Amino acid sequence: MNSSRFEINRRTALLTSAAIAANVVNPFRAFAQETPRKGGVFNVHYGAEQRQLNPSLQASTGVYIIGGKIQENLVDLDANGQPVGVLAESWEAAPDGKTITFKLRKGISWHDGKPFTSADVAFTAMNMWKKILNYGSTLQLFLTAVDTPDPQTAIFRYERPMPLNLLLRALPDLGYVSAKHIYETGDIRQNPANLAPVGTGPFKFVKYERGQYVIAERNADYWRANAPYLDRIVWKVITDRSAAAAQLEAGELHYSPFSGLTISDMARLGKDKRFIVSTKGNEGNARTNTLEFNVRRKELSDVKVRRAIAHAINVPFFIENFLGDFAKLGTGPIPSTSTDFYPGANTPQYPYDKAKAAALLDEAGYKPGAGGTRFALKLLPAPWGEDISLWSTFIQQSLGEVGIAIEIVRNDGGGFLKQVYDEHAFDLATGWHQYRNDPAVSTTVWYRSGQPKGAPWTNQWGWDDAKIDKIIDDAATEVDPAKRKALYADFVREANSELPVWMPIEQIFVTVITAKARNHSNTPRWGSSSWHDLWLSA
Amino acid sequence: MRILSLAGRRLAASIPTLFLILIGVFLLLQLAPGDTVDAMMAQMGGGDAATARELRRFYGLDVSVPVQLANYLWRLVRLDLGFSAIYGKPVAAVILERLPPTLLLMTSALSFAFFFGLLFGVIAARSVNRWPDTLISTVGLIFYATPSFWFGLMAIVVFSIYLQWLPAGGFEDIGAVSTGVWRVLDIASHLVLPSLTLGLIFLAIYLRIMRASMLEVLNLDFVRTARAKGLDETRIVTRHVLRNALLPMVTLIGLQAGTMLGGSVVVETVFSLPGLGRLAYESVVQRDLNTLLGIVFVSALLVILVNFVTDLLYARLDPRITAES
Repeated sequence: MNSSRFEINRRTALLTSAAIAANVVNPFRAFAQETPRKGGVFNVHYGAEQRQLNPSLQASTGVYIIGGKIQENLVDLDANGQPVGVLAESWEAAPDGKTITFKLRKGISWHDGKPFTSADVAFTAMNMWKKILNYGSTLQLFLTAVDTPDPQTAIFRYERPMPLNLLLRALPDLGYVSAKHIYETGDIRQNPANLAPVGTGPFKFVKYERGQYVIAERNADYWRANAPYLDRIVWKVITDRSAAAAQLEAGELHYSPFSGLTISDMARLGKDKRFIVSTKGNEGNARTNTLEFNVRRKELSDVKVRRAIAHAINVPFFIENFLGDFAKLGTGPIPSTSTDFYPGANTPQYPYDKAKAAALLDEAGYKPGAGGTRFALKLLPAPWGEDISLWSTFIQQSLGEVGIAIEIVRNDGGGFLKQVYDEHAFDLATGWHQYRNDPAVSTTVWYRSGQPKGAPWTNQWGWDDAKIDKIIDDAATEVDPAKRKALYADFVREANSELPVWMPIEQIFVTVITAKARNHSNTPRWGSSSWHDLWLSA
Repeated sequence: MRILSLAGRRLAASIPTLFLILIGVFLLLQLAPGDTVDAMMAQMGGGDAATARELRRFYGLDVSVPVQLANYLWRLVRLDLGFSAIYGKPVAAVILERLPPTLLLMTSALSFAFFFGLLFGVIAARSVNRWPDTLISTVGLIFYATPSFWFGLMAIVVFSIYLQWLPAGGFEDIGAVSTGVWRVLDIASHLVLPSLTLGLIFLAIYLRIMRASMLEVLNLDFVRTARAKGLDETRIVTRHVLRNALLPMVTLIGLQAGTMLGGSVVVETVFSLPGLGRLAYESVVQRDLNTLLGIVFVSALLVILVNFVTDLLYARLDPRITAES
């Protein structure tokens, strides 16, 4: 965690830790605590409108930030990052890993009054998670059926062993349930409920005015006692980052999630007592900055060249001077926030060493030519973040110093994905790898060979290594958690050694929130969570 | 009535142009790498090939470009603007939703710019080369040279954050659902800053044009005659000079009404207004061809309409135009 400097409001921090301590240690809550206040409107910055509000159909923070308050998942993560039941009360896996049984909570109803049952879970799993949901269709590839012996039991049957831990780590994001009675007729993708979701969550959908706002209001029949506290949540569509910062300052917004402001505005508001600027509550949305090598290119097919490039870039300098406290040195594809799988830093690393970089390039046979240039490469930066743009320019300048000329080619989102992941018209690419709690969900596809051409955020570098492939395949079906962790440590070692993609920076999204908010940022995916306990002090 | 038939002919002549523009935009957007599904994947932050294939079929992108173009034009002939990929509803409905804020913003900014441009232009021309003229011209130049996004942000900092007089963004207050007069006042208060921001740049142009045109007309023979008749200066300016000096301004308005639709992308973004400019920008980024072509179509119609009105105004201001044509 690199947030300490930005937790300006110590009182809140203390209260939160006090509350956790009170829950665990002292059931009588001896600490003087503020009484939660009911009511109030919470205004949220909504930066990029999606074409979807239903999180069973699209896995992205831009959907969870709204849909995650209206619909609920089977399982979420608790304050310590452990799976905790939401719609599911308990679960167990058969020893062979091919059957996983969920017991569902009783007495829950949809916002339209119909009861929530295992039929909803079965319908959503088979028709949405397996067929439509991004990441979900990979995760549930071997799901064959969901049996529903009674309304409170859903039995997931898999063709190949499904590690229980993998499923439980994936379900907070990929386990939102939709109502069968709403989706069973007609084309799921065109269902009006996609933009007017019906759920079981603490807030009911009210209105969506495209380009302006989304409104949800308190669900009076919510199943958790005394929840939620807020009367309404309003998501305001503000595409300009500076304008959003201005609205926060004017008091028209309470919360800007997922690094929605410019780096300079976040740093500035961090010094303002009215706001809390922190990475806390986003640990489940860790990402790493990438440098992707197109190994079809002759120079880059040589591992010495890839290692030389890594050695030529002074990452700590870049982080300190450009990203500040919002980032830290990364050690590979599995970030340090992943308590279950982080293998430590004891894997091949590439500290800044210009002389070594030059020596490696010489050794690979690329001596400096006229003007000191060894060869030229084309770098395509992804357009989704100020940091990627800065990182790309930094790479350009660093590599220039060791004789590799870099031409930066900028594109918008669609153009970038097409050129890198479909047409492979790049030598180097930079972007984000978003880690989703389990390497099998989000990470191994960056290294596994045989990815279909055109699939974004997958191995499109022309990388094909039987050894890495085998580790990945073994780990995906390994049911023993300890063995899985060991396999992923092997995977990181191999990935860092061969370096088809380099992931040297770790970042966690930054939250900017009003100091009046209570019970915020208290889980690793708080921005996406249901906010049933969130309240605003007077 | 001759002016009407003239305008009618011009209207008919603009139809082929409209089609050429639409085909041009369609082909231009094909040159941009990636399609709406790529853009959507970018937004989702991940997905697999099967999802992408399925989506392409859903959006009708699995056929060749000429077929897509032919399909589009055939629909257009039947006045069907198609279905918006990002909005999931008919393009016509999407555009109709976004039209009112844009038109309101455009009208208020243009009226503001026109009125004050005229006023300051006249003042500057009346005191040419003296201090009011210098002051007005300098300030006008500063307005013209300042980027509008900076203007907008500074206006927000001053009027919304420090003074807290006006809202920082949005089209209306979402928290309080108001009706009738209160709603009108609410929307008006939201439009003050964006209109000023957008208007100030045009104001600078208008005042310079007005000043030049006034100076020109003030030196004409009929003004000398009027002075010789013994009319006082105010009467000369309002009755004789102003009307003749207005023609270039009207021409300019006709031209700029079109520009304003595009020029307001920045202002709409800074003030989070749900207007056409932002919709167009989003459609390009999201490669939503149908929506973009729909906007081009509607904007072109608006420009044609404004030009039509301009033609009518010409005739009203200067009766010779009708007689000569």
